[in-house]
Amino acid sequence: MSGDTLLEVDDLRVTFPTRTGLVQAVRGVSFSLGRERLGIVGESGSGKSQTGRAIMGLTPPQAQVSARKLAFDDIDLLSISPRQRRSLRGNRIAMILQDPKYSLDPVMTIGRQIVETLRTHEKVSKAEARERALAMLQAVQIRDPARVFDLYPHEVSGGMGQRAMIAMMLITGPELMIADEPTSALDVTVQLDVLKILDKLVAERGMGLIFISHDLRLVSSFCDRVVVMYAGKVVEQIKASELRDAQHPYTRGLLNCMPRIGFERHPLPVLDRKPEWAA
Amino acid sequence: MTAAIAIQGLEVVFDRFRALKGVSLEVGEGQSYGLVGESGSGKSTLLKAITGLAPVASGTVTVNGKTLGKTRDKAFYRDVQMVFQDPYGSLHPRQTVDRLLQEPLAIHGIADGEKRIERALDEVGLGKGFRFRYAHQLSGGQRQRVAIARALILEPSILLLDEPTSALDASVQAEVLNLLEEVRRRRKLTFLMVSHDLAIITHMCERLMVMQNGEAVETLTASQLIGHRVSEDYTRNLLRASEGFVRV
Repeated sequence: MSGDTLLEVDDLRVTFPTRTGLVQAVRGVSFSLGRERLGIVGESGSGKSQTGRAIMGLTPPQAQVSARKLAFDDIDLLSISPRQRRSLRGNRIAMILQDPKYSLDPVMTIGRQIVETLRTHEKVSKAEARERALAMLQAVQIRDPARVFDLYPHEVSGGMGQRAMIAMMLITGPELMIADEPTSALDVTVQLDVLKILDKLVAERGMGLIFISHDLRLVSSFCDRVVVMYAGKVVEQIKASELRDAQHPYTRGLLNCMPRIGFERHPLPVLDRKPEWAA
Repeated sequence: MTAAIAIQGLEVVFDRFRALKGVSLEVGEGQSYGLVGESGSGKSTLLKAITGLAPVASGTVTVNGKTLGKTRDKAFYRDVQMVFQDPYGSLHPRQTVDRLLQEPLAIHGIADGEKRIERALDEVGLGKGFRFRYAHQLSGGQRQRVAIARALILEPSILLLDEPTSALDASVQAEVLNLLEEVRRRRKLTFLMVSHDLAIITHMCERLMVMQNGEAVETLTASQLIGHRVSEDYTRNLLRASEGFVRV
């Protein structure tokens, strides 16, 4: 493997046992990631989040994860011990979740949560951890870090909460960041602020980023490359700049179905799902 | 044209917080009117104030020529129905679709429930097969269709839509928006629709009001917005934001 490849995923499968038999949420996904921004797009149920979670090691215990290869920096993620996995998670691989209202601990101040992440992975004094948490809050453009440090998640807005989450995830200096719908719960204007911050920090620190979203347009404006998923499979991999020339009808359908300012189409084109897409 | 909804200087105060600071608007009969703004701008509060779910401090709300008082009568709720944002939260988890649709009929003492339920399900493109399912057996788009069916079953003339598609996938969103446009055309409904997405509002509405901090920023027609003929910086920012992420 070349030194540029951060993550290699080959034939990843995630299977859930259900009352009616096994359900494959992810069915043979393969891609590799360097220090770049990769978007994973698809609808709910397409397996995009489960792909992210499998890489992170957050698949629910009853599910089966298998892959020909699932390697981060040449470490085989499926064969290492849970302890080794934990030392990677939150440290070298971090994940931003969708809604700060649910993913932050409601009974812990924002500052304490950030400090906890840091002190789990690094031996630092309390005072130094606080300093670094404050600096990180500053980096995500929170104007009054000292005040926000002592606030509880319910006391801040969604945009602020999501910035705090980004701060928490970046404080250990991860090499790979998985962002699962990081801005879907936010207002349009706040969305752009948060994306700008994320973009800047990812570029500055040379991280690899996996950006999971259902919004193809947003992903294509943010990422270098896009993986389009449907029913647990990758239907198309394409450079974001070449999205206009997408071949697969599903990708084209996703692009077309959004209302756009200045393009009157009534009714909106809807996806005509073909069974062979899932085959 | 008579106004289906006319609001004059509406103030909503929660404790000491002024959520709406004297907002006025007028929606003509059969019109589709959009409210845009970020969270906390008061757009949902405005809808809630119309239905009586928010404490109105001052101002008047007139619906179909009748000025509303402190309480609203049954006729009002028959005429005005609301579809909420989150289809996962707005359907009773332990009631079947059939039971959910019977509720409004029971409240209003409507007899031909059987027929109405079938028709309502048909109208939203679900069909009879969905009648005895529970909400958890439905996808997000199907749930929102049930919520729309529940609103339509009383044959209202006004629908209040609070971010009806923001919890849905883009492709499902298109289906639900098409459905809403279709029922509006067929039943000549008046829409008052809240969204944070300018593209959806310009797609669905002829006129819109941009709101911020409980106040109206400006009132525009959809074509003014499309042509970027806006006068306020805030609206311009919203427009820029809706064009997506641009790396500088």
